[in-house]
Amino acid sequence: MTASVLTRPQTAAAPLPTRRARRRLGPGPAIPFGAVLGPLLLLALWSIGSAAGWLDSRTLSAPWTVVTTAGDLIASGRLQDNLAVSAQRAALGLGIGTVLGTVLALVSGLSRWGEALLDGPVQIKRAIPGVALIPLLVLWLGIGEQMKVTTIVLGVFVPVYIHTHNGLRSIDSRYVELGESLRLRPAVFLRRIVLPGALPGFLLGMRFAVVGAWLSLVVVEQINSTSGIGYMMDLAREYGQTDIIIVGLVLYGLLGLVSDGAVRLVQRKALSWRRTLAD
Amino acid sequence: MATHAGGLTATRTVLVRGLRRGFGARTVLDGLDLEIGAGEFTALLGRSGSGKSTLLRALAGLDRDVAGSGLVDVPERSSVVFQDARLLPWQRVLDNVVLGLTGPDAQERGRAALAEVGLAGRERAWPNELSGGEQQRVALARALVSEPDLLLADEPFGALDALTRLRMHELLRELCTRHRPAVLLVTHDVDEAVTLADRVLLIDDGRLTVDIAIDLPAPRSHRQPRFLAYREQLLRALGVDQKED
Repeated sequence: MTASVLTRPQTAAAPLPTRRARRRLGPGPAIPFGAVLGPLLLLALWSIGSAAGWLDSRTLSAPWTVVTTAGDLIASGRLQDNLAVSAQRAALGLGIGTVLGTVLALVSGLSRWGEALLDGPVQIKRAIPGVALIPLLVLWLGIGEQMKVTTIVLGVFVPVYIHTHNGLRSIDSRYVELGESLRLRPAVFLRRIVLPGALPGFLLGMRFAVVGAWLSLVVVEQINSTSGIGYMMDLAREYGQTDIIIVGLVLYGLLGLVSDGAVRLVQRKALSWRRTLAD
Repeated sequence: MATHAGGLTATRTVLVRGLRRGFGARTVLDGLDLEIGAGEFTALLGRSGSGKSTLLRALAGLDRDVAGSGLVDVPERSSVVFQDARLLPWQRVLDNVVLGLTGPDAQERGRAALAEVGLAGRERAWPNELSGGEQQRVALARALVSEPDLLLADEPFGALDALTRLRMHELLRELCTRHRPAVLLVTHDVDEAVTLADRVLLIDDGRLTVDIAIDLPAPRSHRQPRFLAYREQLLRALGVDQKED
């Protein structure tokens, strides 16, 4: 008995046939700072192009010119003022749109009548580009803040509605059965099963919505505006200042990225119970 | 064919009369009658498709979409344990246990129920972090925390490995001795039925065909001759031919 145990390591020490590592089917471990690699590559190409003279500064200003211009805009306070106005519009539109989308999704997801009455119009709205509604909104609401915020709301509520509604409808019917077997009151059912079950869908909708809010903002601010980042860029177009236009574009991009990142952070916190491929 | 059950107690917990259920043209339950006494542990055996789950769902009131008729009288306080633990993945273990529980001491009762199934200290865990057996124990705690008069269990140990299943049998016996709910345990495992139940029913073609009391002392063992006799009787009724040793 002992002898056989003692002889075992010897056999184990014999050269093992080299085995190929098994192929992973998941995406594998995360690359450190993976998210910034792509943007950095773009920036590098842009810098090289400008330095080598391949890019005419009238077509596209060099990165360093853009940085200097941004510094000037900040020093004069122009950037902050316009950003504040833009951010206020986006936040207001996003807030109203999110509430609207969520409430509509709940009504339409929890009742067949709600679905019959609401889902169709929302799908129709989804098929109409936001820009196409602007002429009508200008006629109805004028060119003031009301029109701008309404345009953003219309752009925001659709993705929130679609994804929350989808999340709601894909809640496992076994959980509904569980709720029935426990005789849950409707309010408890809503709070414990429906809302958490629809949360992944809602948060996905929010990721589209925050970016969508900035997109709608660009559109409305370049039409009949006297303030905001879009206005700043539109003015720059008239004077051929590509550097200011780029500052505006970079700003829009950063705002979109930061707000998307914020939602993803919330997503990771709120959905920590989930184990998915992405983790 | 039906032999009368011995241990029917004076107080009746479940009354079913002339229960019919069907899916389309297929009749699943065909005028079934059933009574279960208070605190009586009843096991319901049957081949797959015999209608045993349909009966349980009818008692649980989870078959409103199914066509049928008949009288079903079950206590207001009844709980269901499903084959899958059916825990809400987005709620921590304790929140799963106290789901739907009201009153200021709900959390306390939930903790006590978790301790009873041997999961004290796991209150803050996510269901995903538990093993299959542990998840089913949480489901048992959730079912018993409301002190039900009737516990309906639909093959609750069907998805567990053999060893875990044995432990769960012990736990379920213990809990039922303490809380004394009437139990209807749906199973296809004859040994499980004889080990746990005071009374075993057999359902075939939508009717109860066997109804026997299991009269065995408390630590039941597969080696007891009478255990084997019950086992053989039920297997024969199920149409399973046993080889002679």
